Amino acid sequence: MTRALAILAWGAVAIFVGVPVIVAALSPLHAYRSPSYVAASLTGVLGLGVLLIQPLLMTNWLAGVSLARLRRWHQRSGAVLVVLVAIHLGGLLIASPPDAIDALLLRSPTPFSVWGVTAMWALVLSALLVTLRRKMRLNPTTWSAIHNGLALVVVLGTVIHAIQIEGTMGTFSKWALCLAVLTASVAAVVRAQFRTFFRWKP
Amino acid sequence: MTFIASRRTVIAGAAAATAALAAPAIFSPARAQELQPTPTMRGGANNYRPGAPIVERIGGGGFRMSGTVRRAGYGAPIEGARIQIWAHTTEAYESDPESHGATLTDATGAFQMDMPQIVPAFGQPHGHLAYDAEYAGGSFRTVFLRPVMSSASNTSLEAHFVLAEA
Repeated sequence: MTRALAILAWGAVAIFVGVPVIVAALSPLHAYRSPSYVAASLTGVLGLGVLLIQPLLMTNWLAGVSLARLRRWHQRSGAVLVVLVAIHLGGLLIASPPDAIDALLLRSPTPFSVWGVTAMWALVLSALLVTLRRKMRLNPTTWSAIHNGLALVVVLGTVIHAIQIEGTMGTFSKWALCLAVLTASVAAVVRAQFRTFFRWKP
Repeated sequence: MTFIASRRTVIAGAAAATAALAAPAIFSPARAQELQPTPTMRGGANNYRPGAPIVERIGGGGFRMSGTVRRAGYGAPIEGARIQIWAHTTEAYESDPESHGATLTDATGAFQMDMPQIVPAFGQPHGHLAYDAEYAGGSFRTVFLRPVMSSASNTSLEAHFVLAEA
């Protein structure tokens, strides 16, 4: 029974992440793009996929793997997310420097750029928070509250960024993944915060 | 009483609606006289190539960019205005020289350019147009436009310039 549930849970995650990635990878738009732009598009889609896995790794909802191992994977997939965003931005800077610089300076004509850049800076702050965890000597409750807050900014910024873009992702699979990311993130953060504040253990 | 009150409301509402509908007609001649210059759009000048040559069409064609160039104030058409057009298309990137071409407006201030199909780039299917005072030879201020297509499957796009005297 537990095994069946584990297969079901991991299978659902694989479908929510895998289908949009495949749809985006098969987009006809890639034919008209430079390699750097293709890399930027696909790392963006993969990054959105990581945002679904990332919160789930900090819960006990994905059965079959020990919590300690899932926690280590949360750290690794966080590092992967930082690398994906770096390639995403680097690729865009090579593809069209003026457009990418406009986005970074918050003077781009496209509203989704501001959301993408907001999510990027929240991710950078979150990465710093993780790297300097020992040195900062923050109270663990405070540390996780800040980390969770930044994570929600990353998620919300990225989802609005992705939804508004007319790009390689399919409309339906993009919406499905975005809604799944929002649901998983909010649920995981609520669970984490309630566990700390009220010693509640679902 | 209730009936009278509601009839009054109806009459007052009808009068207000008539006034609202008639107002633009009354004021439109005055508004035409003060046609405002088109401001440069954000990101409009991105990947611009100063002095791109005048061409019959960009690449193989199949997509039509068109528009008008008028003078601010009365809106008189400007003939011979040099407009540069460029976009990310099925044939080349926005920054490639072969994606750029210029054309001149006719006596009615209209211009058109056949170019390859525009495809979405940086999240929106959009084109770029420039009136650059330095290369246009006119006495108007430089304006860069970045119109966005309502659908990526459209095969035409329009952009209109209202230029101010320099």
